[in-house]
Amino acid sequence: MANTQRAIAPMLRLPAAPDERPYLVGYQCPDCDATYIGGNRVGCSKCTYIGDLPEVQLSDHGTLYVYSIVHQSAPGIPVPYVSAIVDLPEGVSVRCNLVDIEPDPQKIEFGMPVDMVTRKVRERKEKNADGDEQTIDIIAFFFKPRKN
Amino acid sequence: MRDVYVLGVGMIKFGRYPDKDVSQMGAEAGVLALKDAGASIKDVELLVCGNLFQASAMNAQKILQQIGQTGIPALNVANACATGSTAFREAYIGVASGMYDVSMAVGVEQMGKMGLLGGGARSGGESVEGVLGSGLMPAVFGQAGVEHMRKHGTTAEHFAKISVKNHKHSVHNPLSQYQVEVSLNDVMNARMVAYPNTLYMCCPTGDGAAAAILMSEDKMKQFTSKPVKVATSVLTSDPYTDRDLTMPDVNTLTQNAAKEAYEKAGIGPQDLSLVELHDCFATAELLHYENLGLCAEGEAGRMIDEGRTELGGDIPVNVSGGLLSKGHPLGATGIANIYEIVTQLRGRGGARQVEGAKAGLAHVIGLGSACTIHILTA
Repeated sequence: MANTQRAIAPMLRLPAAPDERPYLVGYQCPDCDATYIGGNRVGCSKCTYIGDLPEVQLSDHGTLYVYSIVHQSAPGIPVPYVSAIVDLPEGVSVRCNLVDIEPDPQKIEFGMPVDMVTRKVRERKEKNADGDEQTIDIIAFFFKPRKN
Repeated sequence: MRDVYVLGVGMIKFGRYPDKDVSQMGAEAGVLALKDAGASIKDVELLVCGNLFQASAMNAQKILQQIGQTGIPALNVANACATGSTAFREAYIGVASGMYDVSMAVGVEQMGKMGLLGGGARSGGESVEGVLGSGLMPAVFGQAGVEHMRKHGTTAEHFAKISVKNHKHSVHNPLSQYQVEVSLNDVMNARMVAYPNTLYMCCPTGDGAAAAILMSEDKMKQFTSKPVKVATSVLTSDPYTDRDLTMPDVNTLTQNAAKEAYEKAGIGPQDLSLVELHDCFATAELLHYENLGLCAEGEAGRMIDEGRTELGGDIPVNVSGGLLSKGHPLGATGIANIYEIVTQLRGRGGARQVEGAKAGLAHVIGLGSACTIHILTA
C-alpha cells in the first residue's frame, strides 16, 4: 500500500482523487481582489476590509520575479539552491525553490515562465488512531523552468 | 512637542563578550553616556532599554539595579533590528512631550556567534527552510539586491564596492568589531553566502551596547557638554505593497520614513553632511541610497562607482565602518548609529571625521518591518 501523503504547508492542497492535481490555495478579498497566500486572516491589509476571504485555487504556473542562490544554510539543508519569488497570474507571489536549473546567475532569466511540480521531500513515522506505525510522505511544491 | 538634545553618548567596542551579561554591557554604555553628558543617574527621569533576544528579561530595570535604583519609570522595547533606535525614539518622545526633562536610552545585545538569522519558518511542525525557498536574512537581502539588478542593471561588483568602502572606513573606528581593509578582489572571491552577497558583504553578529542621554532645552543649560539637536524622529511600518508578505519590501517604508523626516526637519538630503544607514548586507546599503533620496532612482550603482559615499565624497555613508565592519548586535545598532552621528557633529571623529559636519541622518530597518530615521544637527 502506498504511504499516506501530507502537504508540507497548508498553502499546498494535495489531490483527494486520482484525477485531481495538486494546487496552491490563496485567499482573495471580496472588496479589492487582493490575494494572499496563507490563511488565518482576519481581513485584508490592502483595503482594510474585515471578514472572510474566500479561498481561490491559484494557477500552477507563473513567472520568475527574482531569486538568490543560497550557498550557506542551516545544518542538514543541501546547498547550493535557488530561493525564488514567483509571480502567479492571480497577482500574488510565492516563495519557493527553483529546481531543474543550474544554480548559476548566467542560467537564470528574469521573467522566465515556470511551472509548479510536487515532490516528496521527507518521510515521517507516526502512530495512527489504532496505534499502528505508518509512514507519511511529506510533499512539497517547487517551480521549474517551462520546457518549450 | 518641544526640542530635544542629545547631551551624551556612550558605546562599548562591539565584539564578543561571553563573560559579560546583557545588563552589565548596557550599564557600561549607560555610564559612559552619563559621563559624557556630565550627568548622574540621579538626573535621569526615564530609562528605555532596547534589547531583542532577552526582551522578557527586564533589562532596563537590571541596568538600574547595577548603576542606581532610583525608582524611575523604566521600560523595555523590542522592534527587530530597529530595537535600539526605537528605544531612542521612546526616550525622545518622553522629553519632547514635556513629561520628562532627562531621559536615557540604552541599546544592548548579546548574540555571540549566532549564525544566520531570520524566519527559518516552520509550518505545522514541518520545517520549510530550504524547501520553500529561504526565509533567512542572507537570502532575503540577496533577493532585494537581485531585484535592483533586474530593475536597473546593477552588478554584483557594485554591491561588492559597498563592502570595500565600509571596511576601509572601519580602520579608523576603534569601537568597530572588525577593523580590516579588504580589496574588491577579496570581497568578490570570498565565500558566497547568498548571491550576490559574499562573506564580507554580510554583517557579523556579536555583542555590544550603546547609550544616549537626552534633555530638554531648559534642562541642558545646566550642563556643559556639547549638545546635538534631534531635528526629527520618524518610525514607519511596512505599508501594503504587492509582494511584501512574500518578499519583505525594505524599500517603501524607508522611502516613506525619509520623506516624512525631511519634511518635519526642514532638511533635505542635499543638506546632510553624513549618513549612517542600515547596511546589514552590502545589497541593502545600495538600495537605501535611492530610498533616502541621496541619488535618483536607478543611480545608486553609479553613486558607489563615483565614490560619492566615501569619506571625502559629497555625502559620506557609514564612516563608522557600517554594520558590515562595526558589527550588528541588534538592540545596540540603532543607538550606535546615533553615537556616530553625534560624535561627528561634535567634530570628534578623529581620522574618520567628516569635515564641517552640520547635519547627519541615522537610518535603521528591522525586518518584519520597522524603519526609523533620526536627523540630528550640530
